[in-house]
Amino acid sequence: MTKSSAKNIFIGGTVVFTVILLILTYNSLSSPTLQKRTHPENITEQVRWGKKVWEKHACIDCHSLLGEGAYYAPELGNVIKRRGEDVVRTILQTAAVQGWGTIRRMPQFDLSEKDIDGLVEFFRWMGEIDTNNWPPNIEG
Amino acid sequence: MQYQSQRVAYPYFIAALLLFAGQVLFGMIIGAQYIWPDFLFPAVPFNIARMIHINLLLVWIIFGFMGAAYYLVPEEVEGEVYSTKLALVHFWLFLAGGVIAVVGYLFRIHDGREFLEQPDSVKVAIVIVVLLFLFNILMTMLKGRKRTSISIVLFGGFVGLAVFYLFAFFKPANMVVDKFFWWWVVHMWVEGVWELIMAAFLSFLLIKLTGIDREVAEKWLYIIIGFTMFTGLIGTGHHYYWIGTPAFWQTWGAYFSAFEVAPFVAMVAFAFKMVAKKSREPENRAAVLWTVGTAVVSFLGAGIWGFMHTLPQINYYTHGTQITASHGHLAFFGAYAMIVLAMASYAVPKMRNMQPGTQKAEMLSFWIMVISMMFIALSLTGAGIVQVYLQRVLAMPYMEAQGYIKLFYGLRLFFGGTFSIGLLVYLYHFFTPSKSGTAF
Repeated sequence: MTKSSAKNIFIGGTVVFTVILLILTYNSLSSPTLQKRTHPENITEQVRWGKKVWEKHACIDCHSLLGEGAYYAPELGNVIKRRGEDVVRTILQTAAVQGWGTIRRMPQFDLSEKDIDGLVEFFRWMGEIDTNNWPPNIEG
Repeated sequence: MQYQSQRVAYPYFIAALLLFAGQVLFGMIIGAQYIWPDFLFPAVPFNIARMIHINLLLVWIIFGFMGAAYYLVPEEVEGEVYSTKLALVHFWLFLAGGVIAVVGYLFRIHDGREFLEQPDSVKVAIVIVVLLFLFNILMTMLKGRKRTSISIVLFGGFVGLAVFYLFAFFKPANMVVDKFFWWWVVHMWVEGVWELIMAAFLSFLLIKLTGIDREVAEKWLYIIIGFTMFTGLIGTGHHYYWIGTPAFWQTWGAYFSAFEVAPFVAMVAFAFKMVAKKSREPENRAAVLWTVGTAVVSFLGAGIWGFMHTLPQINYYTHGTQITASHGHLAFFGAYAMIVLAMASYAVPKMRNMQPGTQKAEMLSFWIMVISMMFIALSLTGAGIVQVYLQRVLAMPYMEAQGYIKLFYGLRLFFGGTFSIGLLVYLYHFFTPSKSGTAF
């Protein structure tokens, strides 16, 4: 193989695989697919706010969400199903005052009632996403 | 050094190394917090320290990339840097942006997406810095006498770095869409365009160190980056197995990402073959060590450790565990930290107008850091295996399972300590050139 044929293979292949990637991307994010898998109609104002609160406190740098993030604290994508809404609410209300936990402690966060409602709704919406049956069990 | 303006790369390497030290310091803090959760709590909680750990990583690597490019491009295209003033302006802008961001993190000023925690104002500053850099490099290339494949691939890699970073500004309300395009920054960087940058540096180093024929080296370069693009683009699919994206990604992602090891196999073959065929005895043996080392350790970290959990049947159990952390550490260090250190090892003595001299300390630091990082990865692999078994197989609650992993976290912290010693040896050697090198 010469340098110029290697170069042409590189350019040609990159173009071909970019096109395939774009087609697969289109298929992933088309409205019917998103509709079926993520229920965007359930993204209420509260869910939007919850996502903002999630980001404001960089929850992802301790917890994971659908397996992505840090691994210092439990998975939260299915937390409502695992612990129930009441427990999640209690944890957040405690965190708003003094932080939560005894071993690895969650810091105290200034969470208003609106923030807590938002987070709960955000977690609830996350829990309804079709994740191809992940995680293997409820413990995440 | 053939062109005076190449020296503008020098402050970039210094900044990179100091920020690298900062990254390791914060790595030690979060490593300690795994064992003593109250360490520095609540002043520097885990999420803040971890954010600083991974952001300093990105910033120092990009400083290293830019510095290495400012050294490489003039020599490749045969001409001075278009504007050294501009290079210094965006050096200080980038350093200020990086330091302000990190200090801001300590005061809880940050965004909330992994790796992209920079506030929007800092993100804009980063875009401006990269555009100034791209302009300067492009003008240097246009004004130079030659245009080599290495310089063009390198420039292409940086254009990709800039373009894919723009997805960091896209924050849709639908978390699935958010995650989908988040990977267009993170995956497209580290499993895509950054590999172009790395392969260009590797080719440059092998030409300079072994005196091999440029035509051969550049053919290898295109083969390597061909493999990168053929596997890495659709290999993005291995991130789309469980985040709400369609199941067809399990097929596409598995087949393509399974071959993501190919460019790393090619880099190892390239490095060993060229060093074996060398037409002259290299005077800078430490640079050869780093160059061959980066090929080998990136093959292990990105290639083998990546392959280990890339198939959906396995990833179903390992996704979101310490297995990911073990792969991340060895891959980032082997590929991107070590290629920057290889370029530093080659370029810095030249910029100081010194012979490499005795490089015992530098080579010692190489072995300490590489072996320590291997053991960090192995410790985290052990942690991950136990975590998968307890939490994913036996369905033990997260915190309870963590209690059984402490031994591995202890090992990881210990080898983090030895890694820090290796880095200190490296920095001592780097900052006391008079003891280790001789003037021309």
